[in-house]
Amino acid sequence: MTEHKCVLDTCRHLEQKGFSVTYLPVQKNGIIDLETLKEAFTDETLLVSIMAVNNEIGVIQPLREIGALCRERNVFFHTDAAQAVGKIPLDVNEMNIDLLSISGHKMYGPMGIGALYVRRKPRVRLTAQINGGGQERGMRSGTLSPALCVGLGEACALSQEKMSQESARIRYYAHLFCKKIMEELPEVYLNGDSDKRIPGNLNLSFAHVEGEGLMMAIKNLCVSSGSACTSASLEPSYVLRALGVSEELAHTSLRIGIGRFTKKEEVESAAAQIITAVNKLRDMSPLWEMAQAGVDVSSIDWASH
Amino acid sequence: MAYNKKVIDHYENPRNVGSFENGEKNVGTGLVGAPSCGDVMKLQIKVNSQGLITDAKFKTFGCGSAIASSSLVTEKFKGKTLKEAESIAIVILQANLNCPR
Repeated sequence: MTEHKCVLDTCRHLEQKGFSVTYLPVQKNGIIDLETLKEAFTDETLLVSIMAVNNEIGVIQPLREIGALCRERNVFFHTDAAQAVGKIPLDVNEMNIDLLSISGHKMYGPMGIGALYVRRKPRVRLTAQINGGGQERGMRSGTLSPALCVGLGEACALSQEKMSQESARIRYYAHLFCKKIMEELPEVYLNGDSDKRIPGNLNLSFAHVEGEGLMMAIKNLCVSSGSACTSASLEPSYVLRALGVSEELAHTSLRIGIGRFTKKEEVESAAAQIITAVNKLRDMSPLWEMAQAGVDVSSIDWASH
Repeated sequence: MAYNKKVIDHYENPRNVGSFENGEKNVGTGLVGAPSCGDVMKLQIKVNSQGLITDAKFKTFGCGSAIASSSLVTEKFKGKTLKEAESIAIVILQANLNCPR
């Protein structure tokens, strides 16, 4: 249950229409357990949908293995590959992927366009998303914007061309960033598997420093927090919760992205700014103070609100 | 919506951060919130024999506005009697930080 809302909401909609949906857990590292998946198949299973790369923690799911399990059972395999296309090699034939969702703006393409790969053999029959003139093999009628289509195609071409070099560079930057952070700050935890991941996504928990508060201290950096601080929702990220990360640590997380246009100096500067901010906020944190004094914060009977 | 200037000021230059020495006399400590909810505030006041708050300190784990309002309340408490301090309602803090209603 670490899927993006776009898939989860679609599942809820299908349930309302009478379909039954099984939601599978992930392991502590954010990766699906293939044995759990095997056990979840029933005679009625029509489709398995598992994201390729998680948008919050960057872990890569074992697509090839999932695809093989689905094909053996004649079950369609859909993957939400919005975060994966252009970042990791994908082969719908080798991986037995029947449906693959692509989002333009997640791969430096234009907003407002995406694509759905639909396998022809074995054929996946889809209900039309929009009825009308029969464009896109009748699945999505209506005239598309040529500019957006060209933009998406060009983004794909550029990603393919740059992928191996770009990935190596980003991996090096992520390594530099993590090394600096981990050397200077104790009690920082990487969320999600440390190897099976795209290098451009780092989700870190900075114990005893609240994520929203931390973001405000690094206002020159554009990052996001898995914590929510609004009156409507005090819930931390459901993705981190699915990994078994405690609510307390989930509230201390930052998602840091390193991309095609990130420079080495920016990575170094970002690490330095985060280190300064975390140190400042830990000095202001009653939880840090208690932890330093040897108090087990989790042993306190807090009054949740 | 952006944070207003007063919140940013108290967040960036928090007043009265810290803790009194363990065992210091005439100090009262309150700890509210929960780490699992994303905010915990520790507020300490020092009270003299006339019942006046002579000093206040805080430490807060939370978002920017939680830190800013903690900082503001320590400022408001100083020089007040305990009764006066009790009467500082949340609306006064909200007004001082130009919070949306």
